[in-house]
Amino acid sequence: MTTAISSTFERLRSEGRLAFMPFVTAGDPDLTATVRLIRELAGKNVDLIEVGFPYSDPIADGPVIQASYTRALEHKLTVRQIFDAIAGLPKDGTPPLVAMVSFAIIFRHGPETFVQEAKEAGFAGFIVPDLPGDEATEFFGLTQKHGLDLVQLVAPTTPRERVKQVLASCSGFVYCIAVAGITGVREQVAENLLSQLEWLRQETDLPLAVGFGISRPEHVDPLRERADGVIVGSGIVRHFQRVADGEADVDAVLEQIGAFAGEMVAAAHGSEE
Amino acid sequence: MSVATKNVPDASGRFGEFGRRFVPETLMHALDELGKEYERAKQDPEFRQRLELLLRTYVGRPSPLYFAERLTEHCGGAQIYLKREDLNHTGAHKINNTIGQGLLTLRMGKKRVIAETGAGQHGVATATACARFGLECVVYMGEEDIRRQRLNVFNMRTLGAEVRPVTSGSRTLKDATNEAMRDWMGSVESTHYILGSAVGPHPFPMIVRDFQSVIGSETREQCQERIGRLPDEVIACVGGGSNAAGMFYPFVEDDGVALTGVEAGGLGAEPGQHASPLSYGQPGILHGSYSYVLQDEDGQTQDVHSVSAGLDYPGVGPEHSYWKSTGRVQYTTSSDQDAIETFQTVARLEGILPAVESSHAIAHAMRAAKQRSSEDVIVVCLSGRGDKDVAEVARLTGQEI
Repeated sequence: MTTAISSTFERLRSEGRLAFMPFVTAGDPDLTATVRLIRELAGKNVDLIEVGFPYSDPIADGPVIQASYTRALEHKLTVRQIFDAIAGLPKDGTPPLVAMVSFAIIFRHGPETFVQEAKEAGFAGFIVPDLPGDEATEFFGLTQKHGLDLVQLVAPTTPRERVKQVLASCSGFVYCIAVAGITGVREQVAENLLSQLEWLRQETDLPLAVGFGISRPEHVDPLRERADGVIVGSGIVRHFQRVADGEADVDAVLEQIGAFAGEMVAAAHGSEE
Repeated sequence: MSVATKNVPDASGRFGEFGRRFVPETLMHALDELGKEYERAKQDPEFRQRLELLLRTYVGRPSPLYFAERLTEHCGGAQIYLKREDLNHTGAHKINNTIGQGLLTLRMGKKRVIAETGAGQHGVATATACARFGLECVVYMGEEDIRRQRLNVFNMRTLGAEVRPVTSGSRTLKDATNEAMRDWMGSVESTHYILGSAVGPHPFPMIVRDFQSVIGSETREQCQERIGRLPDEVIACVGGGSNAAGMFYPFVEDDGVALTGVEAGGLGAEPGQHASPLSYGQPGILHGSYSYVLQDEDGQTQDVHSVSAGLDYPGVGPEHSYWKSTGRVQYTTSSDQDAIETFQTVARLEGILPAVESSHAIAHAMRAAKQRSSEDVIVVCLSGRGDKDVAEVARLTGQEI
């Protein structure tokens, strides 16, 4: 199945480039800012954007993203509002959008309804961090039926024998978690990551994208021969804390994120974009 | 409606349709390993003997089954017995589970333990087990609960545990659980998470239920000895539901024994006024498990309220959802007011200060007793002692200590 996500990776692969995929939290500080941010990132030629759906109890996310979720939910943000805001984005010039959303929210809405409405809004796929491969078969079928992708996560702790089962419910790309969560062990884990990427490459033809702990252009180079993309989440979302603290306005933050995205795109694409 | 069986969960953690594992991939391997180690431990006579010895000589089991004569007279009707988990070391049923999981931690060769706590009883029980076994211990606790349960915070620290205040969300148990899970994702190679209730992803609900089943198993034996038969009704309070799961599980296939779980009815039935997912919620996902939850229509977890820090949790163990769906256990509520009044009544009539959690169950038992004949026997799980709650009860009843 060719999807918006798979064709993006095919194009990048033929050009010998890595994908740069930023994560944004929907509704922090409000949806108008989120839409502007997505346009700003699109203008910097990012290859795909993950849109986080704020959830009250995000066990899969770190404190930076949780704080952004809390800020968004203070204004009673709803899923419907997120879909409406995304639907208002131009179809041309906006990279594929992937909804990063807890299964708690999908389940409450009804998986079929959620997938349909996400598709109508313009989403190309889903990352459901609390729906591991074992539980994802049914939801994967649903996304496939609607021509959308379901991205699965592979952790540093995922044993090789488990990966086949995880990948059976995965399309679009594989989200490879670079670190198990804490700081200070990155050097060592990075080595594990590189060897994991090597054996993952033998297990699947799907593109491999690395996230968690990637925050600077120089993090990209070691991954160039082994991965197909990099994801930055907290490194972008954290800027909005300054808006919440009254230290910066949205314009200034958008400009700063835009400049950062430009550097990351240049690093990922290996060019001076 | 299918008939409830004790033969749950299955290998994928299903209690009927409930339970399972809705967690990040980072934790899946650890959950698999934990499940395998637990199965090995269960088959290992040495593990079982060590656990049994510790329960007897350290925890103080078996806990007595006490006939609450004056309470029975006061209510009129069925005879009320109290299963005295409040007499366990550390003053609550929580120690049954933490000793068991502490031994599992040793088996797995892990040196560090994390836990979450609401009322603090699980935190104290975990800190106690860690002290006993020489394990490093970090307990996550919401700031609001730290305020309500200062005595237990002091006890945990005295026992050598680090208490980490949680300032996110509602600053209560659910937020402490989020934080503990997040810690575990980054430390899973060296750390065991001693979950305190029969909630969370498989195999936790099964492990906690099994370690707590000693309560119901003893009650069965003690009833046979004391009254020559099984009781007519067994009642327990339900927050996450571990004391109730441990109390009910050994009776599940005894059709003649009515089982009643009592949730925190708080101030009323409106969202945010109670902590009763089985009574007012619907099936959903929270903290890695599919079970009854309190969510708004957009899937966000609702605020909960209870006078008891140990009960104000928006979810419940998946086995309770299974028991509800099969009709095997009836679930009802007692209000804050009921619980406080019962706390005072039991203190004056029986010389026992029950935990405010347990007071919810006893409050319902007092109502149920009135509807039954004096031949009938009701057993209530007195899940913990109320020392920790006295400051809060004093505050709520306008008294000074």
